[in-house]
Amino acid sequence: MALAVSSPARRRNVFWATFAAPGVAWLIIFFLVSVYAVMAVAFGTVDPILRTTIPTWNPLQWDFSAMGKVLDRVFSGDLRHVFQRTFTFVGLSLLGCVVIGYPVAYYVARKAQRSRGLLLAALVLPFWISYLMRMLAWTNLLQIDGYVNDVLRWLHLQNDPRNWLDGDWYTVVIGLVYGYIPFFILPLYSALERLDGRLIEAGRDLGANAFHTFVRVALPLSVPGLMAASVITILPMFGDYYTNTYLTSGSPKTEMIGNQIEYYLRGSSQPQTGASLVLVLMAFLFVLMVYYLVTTIRQQRAAER
Amino acid sequence: MNPFRRRNGRAPVLAMITWVYVLWSLLPVLVAVRISLNSGKSRSTFQSPSFRWYWGDPVASVWHDDALHIALSNTLKLAVMCMLIATPIGVAMAIGLHRWRGRLSNAANGLMLVPIVTPEIVFGVALFLVFTQVYVGTPDGLTRQLLGHITFTMSFVVVIVRGRLAAIGDQYEEAARDLGATRMQAIRLVLLPMLAPAIFAAVMVTFATSVDDFVISSFLSTGASTETVPIKIYSGARAGSTPALNALATVMLIVTLAAVGLAALAMRAMSRKGGDAADMAAAGGLAGLTG
Repeated sequence: MALAVSSPARRRNVFWATFAAPGVAWLIIFFLVSVYAVMAVAFGTVDPILRTTIPTWNPLQWDFSAMGKVLDRVFSGDLRHVFQRTFTFVGLSLLGCVVIGYPVAYYVARKAQRSRGLLLAALVLPFWISYLMRMLAWTNLLQIDGYVNDVLRWLHLQNDPRNWLDGDWYTVVIGLVYGYIPFFILPLYSALERLDGRLIEAGRDLGANAFHTFVRVALPLSVPGLMAASVITILPMFGDYYTNTYLTSGSPKTEMIGNQIEYYLRGSSQPQTGASLVLVLMAFLFVLMVYYLVTTIRQQRAAER
Repeated sequence: MNPFRRRNGRAPVLAMITWVYVLWSLLPVLVAVRISLNSGKSRSTFQSPSFRWYWGDPVASVWHDDALHIALSNTLKLAVMCMLIATPIGVAMAIGLHRWRGRLSNAANGLMLVPIVTPEIVFGVALFLVFTQVYVGTPDGLTRQLLGHITFTMSFVVVIVRGRLAAIGDQYEEAARDLGATRMQAIRLVLLPMLAPAIFAAVMVTFATSVDDFVISSFLSTGASTETVPIKIYSGARAGSTPALNALATVMLIVTLAAVGLAALAMRAMSRKGGDAADMAAAGGLAGLTG
């Protein structure tokens, strides 16, 4: 051991570790401790008289009764609908992203020729436009005297103008698709771009038509990219509470998990219930998060080999 | 680029879907910009062009309404500070993690990646609770928001720079070392110039992410003096508002696009291969994460 301490390899390792140290320290102080604080509050106690939260820092003394109550509400109580609705909204929005996003990513990555650079710029552009400005744009368009109703009337698809911002589920789903689809298309694009063209050619050369080549060769090869794109889109969607609130003027008919969390922490001061809900949400998302981490680390290793 | 790729197939249907998508994704924003130039109070129909909501209106325009003013300056302050602090820490962390080996290094790498997959609401709640329960001495408002933004964006810097490090490889630095440079000289004189495009991409991403952030700013906001542009847009639309909101969003949009454009130009000038499309794409969607 004494010998290892002074070995050049060891010294070099310490040198590089020093570079990473400020970032690691920062993330421990502001990320790790913060997430632990959520647990300490969720499994802590509430002062019986002052109703203030008392976090419990020692895991051996954690009190799970508040979490039990929240779980009851999630699985058989009033929060069940909110959870079901959130999963439905996210599922439908993901479906929308796949249906619209896959053809777009496929075209730009593999078919577009002269227009490719321009299209790529157009795919990246929404990232530089504030998310809430993009939603603001829809609140302008979807008003009762807005342009969407004008267009629908002009196309004779609808006679009476309607208020789209009234708390309908489809407004929220359209909003979510619009908001998150750029996050879906770009990773999928980069996966499709790297897909080995020789395999597709081989499919064609061996007699499959374009459709079969796509279904049997290109589609299966793009599954990892599709998964990564889906996960990166779903994770933030589950925590979204502003898109639905913004597009339905806060209608309770479109309330999602995020609204409940925000309510318990900011609206009413019951941080313990809010923190418990955050942990329930994270438990639901755990598999997705781990999937993403594992694939990212694998790719990092492959890139650095 | 795959040299064996054959792009002979035409796909008119796919092309149409793609162009319709592009129109659908950008047209609403253009409409919002146009409404910011409306002379009337309506946020849905355009009457005639004017700069009323930028500076013409003596009460409610962006120039004259203090609340909109403050939101704009808060957003810019946060974004610039966040960029200045998160970038150096993140670049150093990327260089360190790239070379550092061992179990601790793997743990540090994992810790760096987790914030990326953490939904923003979890981030917001966690920071809100840690500042109200643990770091109670931190000045509230902008300071806390800034600390939150840095924590949220740092991992993006690391991922972008690491992607570039993997692409560069170790040989240039080794050559510098063989020619007598110390380790620090090799980093300063060889590695950092080669990393410049990725660093610029990272700067753009931190700036844009901070400007765009709503959840963390909102959870750590303590009232009117700590509101940012996204918070203003969010809360303003509910209370019957004017096109001044659109004007505010448009100003922010122009500032962001100008900053990104400048950084892209600088990147182009510095990058030896000239305008690295991959870095741009990675910067845009953090697609670098998946590739």
